[in-house]
Amino acid sequence: MKFKKKQASTKQNIPMASLPDIIFMLLIFFMVTTVLREFDIKVQYTLPSATEIEKIDNKRIVSYIWVGQDGRVQIDDNIVLIPEIQNIAKKKRQEIPQVIMSLRVDKGSRMGIVTDIQQQLRKGDALRINYSALQKL
Amino acid sequence: MADIAFLLLIFFLVTTTIDVDTGIGLVLPPPVEETDIVKMDPDRIIKVLVNAAGDVLINDELASLPQIHEIVANKLRTRAKMIVSIKTDRETPYNIYISALDEIKQAYTALREEYSMQTFGLPLKEITKEQMEQVRENVRQSISIAEPERTR
Repeated sequence: MKFKKKQASTKQNIPMASLPDIIFMLLIFFMVTTVLREFDIKVQYTLPSATEIEKIDNKRIVSYIWVGQDGRVQIDDNIVLIPEIQNIAKKKRQEIPQVIMSLRVDKGSRMGIVTDIQQQLRKGDALRINYSALQKL
Repeated sequence: MADIAFLLLIFFLVTTTIDVDTGIGLVLPPPVEETDIVKMDPDRIIKVLVNAAGDVLINDELASLPQIHEIVANKLRTRAKMIVSIKTDRETPYNIYISALDEIKQAYTALREEYSMQTFGLPLKEITKEQMEQVRENVRQSISIAEPERTR
């Protein structure tokens, strides 16, 4: 019997066959964990519901205004005062001319605050608005 | 391995929902000076007033929230180019306002449905985009948010 030391009969490479799998797994991992630009909502609100609602197809032109149960107003990531809305609206309008201001107002809020916001938006020339509402079942 | 990766990929692709913002769209009137206020023929305006308790007054007649769409639709049928004006109290809860606005929208949808049936013989859901444009053109929504009396 011949004893021969098996050495270097094949090239010792890292197997490449599983590489695409690893890449896929990574892809999936990042897809799952990635959160698209979300706002940190600092106010508590429950949306009202309505039957005649429309969808806004283009999310890029939407800008949100939150009004919480306690009457605090939030735009983007900040709590703002009502008289400040005018300038914010102006700035938004300059950035995106066709901006839609989506009002996410708590259903228990008084109309007074909504009217005040609307007046501010009018002064800031952001006239397209949307009353965010859920589909009534 | 690749199969599992694909399966997972497809699973997440299918189950991911991108949340869409839904709501009632409106266009606010541009800010006006006191002198710009135009007087309208009072017969052409349907005044909808909503108070804090949710009581509704349509052209000085008492009504309730679920009645709005019927009354408004009937009034809209009588004359073309009517304007619906909605006015609320500062103390009116927001969801009552949304319900009232929704009721008015429903009245317009009913009218559009009728127009669509008359002209195309099809309900609104089955007509083409061009036909929808025509419906929109002929049954135009004109909802006006009344100038508030006092603001900050």
